[in-house]
Amino acid sequence: MPVSTNEIIKNRAVVSDDWSVLRLQEGETAESVSIPAGKVIVPFSVWQAQRAQLQDRKPIGVWLSSDAQADVLKEDLAHFDLVAVDFPKFTDGRGYSIAYNLRTRLAYSGELRAIGDVLRDQLFYMQRVGFDAFAVRADKNIHDALKGLTDFTEKYQTSWDEKTPLFRRVNRQAVSQD
Amino acid sequence: MYRYDQYDHQIVKERVAQYRDQVRRRLSDELTEEEFLPLRLQNGLYMQRHAYMLRIAVPYGMLSTAQVRMFAHIARTYDRGYGHFTTRQNIQFNWINLEQSPDILAELATVEMHAIQTSGNCIRNTTSDELAGVAADEIIDPRPYAEIIREWSTFHPEFAFLPRKFKIAISGSEQDRAATAVHDIGLHVVKNAEGEVGFRFLVGGGMGRTPIIGSVIREFLPWQHALTYLEAVLRVYNQHGRRDNKYKARIKILVKALGAEEFGRQVEAEWADIKDGPATLTVEELQRIAQYFVPPPYETLAASDVGFEAHKAENKGFANWLLRNVKAHKVSGYAAVILSVKKTGVPPGDITAAQLDFVADLADQYSFGEVRITHEQNLVLADVKLSDLFTVWQAVKAQGLATPNIGLLTDIICCPGGDFCSLANAKSIPIAQAIAEKFDNLDFQHDIGEIELNISGCINACGHHHVGNIGILGVDKDGSEWYQVSIGGAQGNNTSIGKIIGPSFSAQQMPVVIERLLDVYVKQRHEEELFIDTVQRLGIAPFKEYVYASPIPTGYTHGEDACVY
Ligand code: HEM
Ligand code: SF4
Repeated sequence: MPVSTNEIIKNRAVVSDDWSVLRLQEGETAESVSIPAGKVIVPFSVWQAQRAQLQDRKPIGVWLSSDAQADVLKEDLAHFDLVAVDFPKFTDGRGYSIAYNLRTRLAYSGELRAIGDVLRDQLFYMQRVGFDAFAVRADKNIHDALKGLTDFTEKYQTSWDEKTPLFRRVNRQAVSQD
Repeated sequence: MYRYDQYDHQIVKERVAQYRDQVRRRLSDELTEEEFLPLRLQNGLYMQRHAYMLRIAVPYGMLSTAQVRMFAHIARTYDRGYGHFTTRQNIQFNWINLEQSPDILAELATVEMHAIQTSGNCIRNTTSDELAGVAADEIIDPRPYAEIIREWSTFHPEFAFLPRKFKIAISGSEQDRAATAVHDIGLHVVKNAEGEVGFRFLVGGGMGRTPIIGSVIREFLPWQHALTYLEAVLRVYNQHGRRDNKYKARIKILVKALGAEEFGRQVEAEWADIKDGPATLTVEELQRIAQYFVPPPYETLAASDVGFEAHKAENKGFANWLLRNVKAHKVSGYAAVILSVKKTGVPPGDITAAQLDFVADLADQYSFGEVRITHEQNLVLADVKLSDLFTVWQAVKAQGLATPNIGLLTDIICCPGGDFCSLANAKSIPIAQAIAEKFDNLDFQHDIGEIELNISGCINACGHHHVGNIGILGVDKDGSEWYQVSIGGAQGNNTSIGKIIGPSFSAQQMPVVIERLLDVYVKQRHEEELFIDTVQRLGIAPFKEYVYASPIPTGYTHGEDACVY
């Protein structure tokens, strides 16, 4: 059954959204699940199982579970209008490395969406590793969550969003407290 | 000592604001406790048995006196007048209100301090050698690298929700004083044959319920690559570390499952992609950081001082203290002084607000305004003139911080245990106190010589019991508190994990158990042989035999067999 989230955060704004996320329900298999009409983000397993039918479908999105590696999309990346990474639990941090690798190693430049248990206090980190869209958990206030993107104005280390570490970017000097 | 620039100030200030809002949202129920938990842990706030505990980061154990005075202020204003030094060179306060915790962070920020990543499944405070920069056996000062790692790991976006906590320790001396072999990553700053500086890279060490000694995955990594290599290790761990079982989620389990060689191969493959990228360190950056760790303005002094020698000859108490608590310094005429936070009758590592203020004043007067924390839960004044030692000793003595027991039996490492910690199976502080009371006699302790006695209240091993020459572990049996004893553990260059000698004991039996272990040692030792060496030579059998040879009174009276097994 597709789950539709009506609003997401994209490019730092709350926007309406017409994609739906396909999640396999009990008893459904990747081979047999029927894919609803419209803009659907299918699980990677479904993409694998039904590639022949899905290949011509446009637009189409795919989502990776947190135990997947970015590399599994290596061959197929060009097919997708959207790639999502699922956070089954907000404390599961594997999605951060998946996103980083999608952006850097596979040079993916389309929409990269965080789905699942996506909460305000993780958004700052998520955008740093390459997510540009966030399907905030439905029971949370998405406008409130938006504030999470701006918790910090500076960062020490490199990631997808910042290719230059602070020490190469600015001239650093201790400030006297006296 | 490192000083914040505007960027450090800004980042910490923004953290305080972020955390204050998180607390507000928790109190108004916008955040559930489950959602709040990892957020507060990444700010060092634990819910303990009685109250919240706040763990404040002391990067690589270095403190300015302004920071020490801030601890005294926090102890008085927000706690019950004391704090607790930990084996991770941090300080903890045990009686904190959630509502006040943002204010404490705001106060800490005024003296360049915070509680960032002192807990939670992220990269924790990097620890180092408490004698860094002054030790006579130092090859390279590890502190600039520790600071570089601090900055890199602070709010690293990819590694804030790791499978489990992650600890890095770094040492730059002949003698490893940072327990690098029992950390997730242990770094040795070394020089290669060409005299270039780099790191020996150990991974997969740790204590907890599966103690493992770290494996070397690279003998020499040029220092410029420190951060990219760390990133590669963390990325492999983040993706492949187990998340189905928190007891198997540490990197040590992954390294063991794959084998160090295969793990190293995966790291190298990951690293190939980012090696030489912009995160590669530059000479300018190393110099910028290193300038904060240049030696203080030492005077040119003779290697000996007449007054000092006279006091040493005349005063036995002073001489004892020198022997145990004063360490060699690389600069002539100076010494490093260890203040023992292990006085009998006081929980190991506990310090009062008045003592904190005292230490700050003393450090200002005699040690260039700096204080350090050791992973044995003591304090260090790193740069005291020989000619000042007698005065310092007298002052320190009056404050109860001069017990000449550093490295001896009563210099016990001890976790908070059942008195505070909600994870504890048993109390550990009263065990430490009972043992300290029984062996309070300093002549006896000096005769026994160097020995490490470490106590943890549960298998998490916060008290390093696995690497104690004698290790005591609190265990729960049918709802009552028991203690399991191991011997033969060691930290440092010859790190080893202790072996359990047999069935566990009741609290009341513990001092006698220790006495029996020492009896065997005293009878069997070769001249000048340390306890650990005797254990290694003889194995645990003779110790085990003697300890269990006859019943030890338990102190329990409700019809139990006096013997525990
Ligand atoms: C008071 C509340 C504390 C709690 C709830 C706590 C919790 C834990 C837990 C759950 C572990 C096991 C981690 C694992 O093996 O996966 C652990 C290990 C450890 N903790 Fe604590 N701890 C506390 C206090 C302390 C203190 C006071 C110290 C220092 C004195 C400390 C230092 C350590 C160390 C060194 C380890 C072993 C790390 C390793 O396995 O390499 N902890 N702690
Ligand atoms: S060893 Fe156990 S009892 Fe002691 S502090 Fe750690 S978690 Fe608590």
